[in-house]
Amino acid sequence: MESVNAKYVSQKVSRTRWRPVSVSSFQQPEIFATGSWDNEDNKVSLWSIGNYGGLGMEDGFEGDPQLLCDIKHDGDVLDLQFLDQERIVTASSTGGVTILRHHPNSQTLSVSHQWERAHRYPCDNAPCTSVVCSSPEIVSVGEDGRIVVFRADQEGVCRVIENADSSTIHAVTYLRTTEVLTVNSIGQLKLWDLRQQGGSPSKILSLSGDRVPLHCVDRHPNQQHVVATGGQDGTLCIWDVREESSPVALMEAHSAEMWEVHFHPTNPDHLFTCSEDGSLLHWETSSHSDMPSLLHEGSRNSGVTSRSAMAPAGGNKSLISAWLSGDSSKSCLKTSHMLPSQTLSVNSLDVLGQCLVCGTDGEAIFVNRQVLV
Amino acid sequence: MEELDVEAVVTEIPAVSTGKHMGFAWGPGDILVYETLYKAKGASSSGSSLIHEVRKDEDIYSPILRKLFNESHHIFVGLQTVGEDVPSKNKKPQFVSISKNYRSVIRACMEELQQLAVLTKDAEAATRLGNQVSILLAIELIWNLCEVLFIDAAPAGSLLLHLLDWVRLHKADVDEKTREVLQSESPAEHHNYWDVVVSYVLQGRVEEARQMLVKQANLHPAARGMFKLMDKLLSKMPFYNPRSTQTLTEFDVIWRHWHEEVDRCLQDNSFSSNQHLEFICKILLGDEDSLLECKDLLGTWYHFLVTRLLFCHPTVKPTDLHYYAQSCMTMFLDSRSVSEPLDSILLASFEFDIHQVIKDCSIVLNNWWFVAHLTDLLDHCKLLQSHNLHFGSNLREFLLLEYASGLFTHHSLWQLAVDYFDHCPEFGRVYLELQIERVPLETERKALKVLRVCEERQMSEQVRSICKIMATRALRNNRLGSALSWSIRAKDAAFATLISERFLQDYSTRGTFSDLDLIDNLGPSMLLSNRLTFLGKYREFHRLYGQKHFSKAAKLLLSLMTAKIAPQSFWMTLLTDALPLLEQKEVIFSVDQTYELMFCLEELTFSQVAAAASEKKPRQEDDVEQTKVELLRLALARNLATAIVKEGTVDT
Repeated sequence: MESVNAKYVSQKVSRTRWRPVSVSSFQQPEIFATGSWDNEDNKVSLWSIGNYGGLGMEDGFEGDPQLLCDIKHDGDVLDLQFLDQERIVTASSTGGVTILRHHPNSQTLSVSHQWERAHRYPCDNAPCTSVVCSSPEIVSVGEDGRIVVFRADQEGVCRVIENADSSTIHAVTYLRTTEVLTVNSIGQLKLWDLRQQGGSPSKILSLSGDRVPLHCVDRHPNQQHVVATGGQDGTLCIWDVREESSPVALMEAHSAEMWEVHFHPTNPDHLFTCSEDGSLLHWETSSHSDMPSLLHEGSRNSGVTSRSAMAPAGGNKSLISAWLSGDSSKSCLKTSHMLPSQTLSVNSLDVLGQCLVCGTDGEAIFVNRQVLV
Repeated sequence: MEELDVEAVVTEIPAVSTGKHMGFAWGPGDILVYETLYKAKGASSSGSSLIHEVRKDEDIYSPILRKLFNESHHIFVGLQTVGEDVPSKNKKPQFVSISKNYRSVIRACMEELQQLAVLTKDAEAATRLGNQVSILLAIELIWNLCEVLFIDAAPAGSLLLHLLDWVRLHKADVDEKTREVLQSESPAEHHNYWDVVVSYVLQGRVEEARQMLVKQANLHPAARGMFKLMDKLLSKMPFYNPRSTQTLTEFDVIWRHWHEEVDRCLQDNSFSSNQHLEFICKILLGDEDSLLECKDLLGTWYHFLVTRLLFCHPTVKPTDLHYYAQSCMTMFLDSRSVSEPLDSILLASFEFDIHQVIKDCSIVLNNWWFVAHLTDLLDHCKLLQSHNLHFGSNLREFLLLEYASGLFTHHSLWQLAVDYFDHCPEFGRVYLELQIERVPLETERKALKVLRVCEERQMSEQVRSICKIMATRALRNNRLGSALSWSIRAKDAAFATLISERFLQDYSTRGTFSDLDLIDNLGPSMLLSNRLTFLGKYREFHRLYGQKHFSKAAKLLLSLMTAKIAPQSFWMTLLTDALPLLEQKEVIFSVDQTYELMFCLEELTFSQVAAAASEKKPRQEDDVEQTKVELLRLALARNLATAIVKEGTVDT
């Protein structure tokens, strides 16, 4: 917890995202983007945690995030994704989807393309709640229940699935290159095959009974059938989209809405969630019996351990994902808090390499450069 | 009415022509002013169509001060939970550390503002930032003094040490001057050299003064003895150490000895050949005239006060402070006739008149941040004895409510205000209830956040109202599914009925259901309203029918009518839905069920006849209805016949 660095930024932060680093190099990310919400003037800002002066490389985490540049954003930034190293896609509460370009030489941001009112009602704007991109394709979803597909290199809209959902779609993610997954406000997970022309999902999975709205979704980076979602009651659900129609595992995590869930991109035994209750959790699982010592080491430096569910490790070295074994498992699942106590919502998090960044309604950004993964 | 404490401030409203009548409306943190249509005699021009917004507090819109609000919110919340179980005397260190946290936040803000003021090119902005810096400086100065006097409540002896720290912190230009002097080629000959040395002495920073003096001594080897003597005097100057076993009386004796020694040196003219050293010697003796000669170096009367205490009354008791403070102020300020608000606030602090401090600060400062937080902290220290206001509940709550209401008027700081309201036991909830309903809800995400606030506090009235706003909006945009979800969340049966009606209407006109994903997944929430139950069950019928579970479907259809779940206006549709089932090859409706269907049909036609008699419906519509009824009757009769035959036949 000592290496967490807080910075107050005078705007409520709705999204934080690391700029991607090239896969081959073992570089740590240096630049992240934030989006604000609920301001009179909202902004997308780029920050750097790199040591440009070259001095004091040793005490790396002394460095405060430095503002590189920002640009005014029309409406709340409801989602933010890097399309590539230089382009950012944003989702706005006005229903627009915008591509911003970062010019590293002049350190400025400019609007490179904008689809205004991509999400809309007949006579009103409908907020665009989430975007996901796999260059050059961009998929957005909104409160109007539509799924819109764009291509970064094309002016117009590629495809619209009208009435994809009768309620609000809260989040979208790619499952495979041609399949996306959406979660909605009545507790459903819908699988869409973008190759199919029809307007109906290829599969619907749902929570049984209580219809708890789902707010976020992320896919396991290696095992594409494993999906994590977070809901209004703060429960973390793990799904196997191949077979079951209801979640494989439900885990009590937060006491209020879970706003984001992310698997660690290169070490998917680790998962991170953040919530309206003001907490950020680090989840750690391992199904390998020969690794518990590592686990203990890992948990040593992290903060308060909560609800740790430790079960004796078995000798089962199957290829089944540790996440799918769920509560009936013979695996270890540990959680630890990553932020000092605070009361206002943590709206967003992103993790890359050893670096984690999150943003709150308390107008602070927290950067942790020594995440134990 | 009570007397006013200060003259009212006049705010000029631009663009309002003279002689016009103004009207206004109160807002929580501002007022709206407009020209009325009232025409005075002789006035001819028509009224302007402008509405002016007049704000008391501009600071809330400063991006840097927002950091102050956010960070202090965090400290505030922490303070409210300071160990209820800890005995009150052990809490003091905690309160002092919280007070220091508040101050460091103020300092951080101040530094940032200062940096910005230096960087900015716009002169007007620079002045505004400069003003904000000086306000924060004053706030921090007052806060620090309050911390020393009220929260830490240092006893005689340590009191002076704290006051010295206080002065050192707020008179930091000495260090800057020192840097300048030391960086010059020969520091000892720098024109500011002696100012620095004297300043150090005035602040009781003996070690630093000695180090500076060494430089001068090296320059004058002839006067070495004299410098050595001064060094000895300075090094021997006693300071009270609260951690040692030394009692205050013992310290007093030692101090007196030292004082006499200094006095002897002055009397025997040890320093007569160096006017600077002689002057320092006089200061060490606490000579009033010499001290007043240093007015420029002291800068303020309270520095003078602390220096005077240091050299004359190092064991001053808290209760005697006000006497010295008053006299120092008059001595120091004689040239200036008027004292500034800051002076009177500090004086009131030295007099331990907490209420006067808070009152004066409230009048002078244009926002409630400072008084609200300070009062809250003092209240936690049990320093505000039941000082009853003749309005509101008590001082702490009154100020917190004012501050939080101000935050609520801000576009995005409203979230902070919630926690402040939570800690106002008497009126906080009422304020919150009134304010939270008025937060504009642009997106569902924001609505969810507001809802969470309400739900956590069991504010069911507000929950209902917010859900209703969202449901109505969804309905207006033809998003029936969303609208239904919102009314289910609010458990708003009437609205759920209304939306169910819309679904059924859509079905009647289009022949298909929209939003199947929602209706198929209603689950137990279906029971919210009768109409919603009907909607869900009716859809279930269609699903069963589609899956060719005919007998189950038929049973469900019949029960919808017999259990009176279906509204009668919909019976005709249901009976028409029964037609294909009646026409199936195999018998689906049993004899009893067919009778019941017939009964339903008769009841329907009977009530329709009655209605038609009173209303006189156009003839043509009746014809279509009539054909339908006849068709149904025929189908029912045929089904009855086959059912009787089937049920009468014994399978062999």
